[in-house]
Amino acid sequence: MEVIDLQWWKLALASLLVILLALLAHLARVGISRSLLVAAVRTVVQLSLIGLVLEALFASSSPLWIGLLALVMLLVAGREVMARQQRRFSGFWAFGIGTSAMFLSSFTVTVLTLTVVVGPQPWYAPQYAIPLLGMMLGNTMTGVALSLDRLTESFWRQRSVIENRLMLGQTWQEAVGDLRREAMRGGMIPSINAMAAAGIVSLPGMMTGQILAGSPPAVAVKYQILIMLTITVGTGFGALMAVAWGSRRLFDERERLRLDRLTSTG
Amino acid sequence: MTSENNLRLESVSVGTLEAVSVSVAAGEVVGLSGPSGSGKTRLLRAIADLDSHGGSIWLGETEQRALPAHQWRRRVMLVPAESQWWFERVGEHFPADLDPSALPALGLAEEALDWPVSRLSSGEKQRLALLRAVTAGPRALLLDEPTTNLDAEAVARTERWLLKYIRRERLPVLWVAHDLEQLQRIADRHVCLDGASMESR
Repeated sequence: MEVIDLQWWKLALASLLVILLALLAHLARVGISRSLLVAAVRTVVQLSLIGLVLEALFASSSPLWIGLLALVMLLVAGREVMARQQRRFSGFWAFGIGTSAMFLSSFTVTVLTLTVVVGPQPWYAPQYAIPLLGMMLGNTMTGVALSLDRLTESFWRQRSVIENRLMLGQTWQEAVGDLRREAMRGGMIPSINAMAAAGIVSLPGMMTGQILAGSPPAVAVKYQILIMLTITVGTGFGALMAVAWGSRRLFDERERLRLDRLTSTG
Repeated sequence: MTSENNLRLESVSVGTLEAVSVSVAAGEVVGLSGPSGSGKTRLLRAIADLDSHGGSIWLGETEQRALPAHQWRRRVMLVPAESQWWFERVGEHFPADLDPSALPALGLAEEALDWPVSRLSSGEKQRLALLRAVTAGPRALLLDEPTTNLDAEAVARTERWLLKYIRRERLPVLWVAHDLEQLQRIADRHVCLDGASMESR
């Protein structure tokens, strides 16, 4: 079965609907028209560009270019994690903690999945590597950003409690044990919910895409199961590392709470 | 551990305080006063190693930096002016084998251990915080205004209870208070933080 290609003018029909929605929103004075249009334009431009990049990448299959695209994806995700923090770590750490956590978890899980489970030839074949890494990074990014934000926010709110527990002679790990657990939970809940709802509440996007592209549903389902499991593992390890490094960073070598290592972004 | 643990500060500097040196003998209560903002709390926090500071601090033969910070704090116990409670029930903040008969001596009901924390008054919290601190078996006490939220009768009772414990365990104690009459009642010596240094009174 061949996929039906979409003509550009058919996409223009869909975008007319968006313009209609923006117009109605403008008339109803609900004030989202502007951001709606900007976001719609961004989607069109960004996806068209990535389409061109992927076409070129698939044609060349050079490991160098694949690695470069992977690096760019990681850095953008790292910046996104940083931008979502209410209270950032000062200096390099704002970017470093989230990015290293995502790098270690997403890349390890993606490479393992490619080499051991899927096994394309060569293992870094971009048709498999780039979409896998993209889904992995996208979800790990959410998990890491949520758990770091939860962590720094709760440290800030509970600073008196943390210090009182330190005064009673608890180690820094004991003093923030429950806060670390909550931060970890905060990062993992979206993945756990997605797994629980998959197939009943939602038909996950990748599976839908594969079925539209002509794959038998049985194959699409197997890929979707693989993706959901690996995404959860990647998110979990990413959040675990971010929480461990983040909370360590907020204490010094004498186990003093060092909230001066956070800067508020208002 | 020797029973004769004295607490010594040698040229300790923190915040606006410079070169504070004081020695508190085992079983001695040294009263500490000074105007608001003179750095009393900062000094206690430095002694408990919660704030970075200069100089050296000794408990008996042990230097502060020779111990992991949490072990130092378990021995040199700071009881803050405002205590924090993080579990739902009072009793969860105490070791399971706590003898509830310790509570009436402080004017508290034995059942208080089963109460939710939200039910405690500020005075009850303050006394329970003192009990919680001594249950950890400290070798020195740093008390930051330990009786501010109490009525006169509870103040007298709490002072008696603390002094009895301090004498029995022979702990060196730094006791911060605004009330000079109280310091005359409880302290063997009185020092005043004034500007950058410390003065004997």
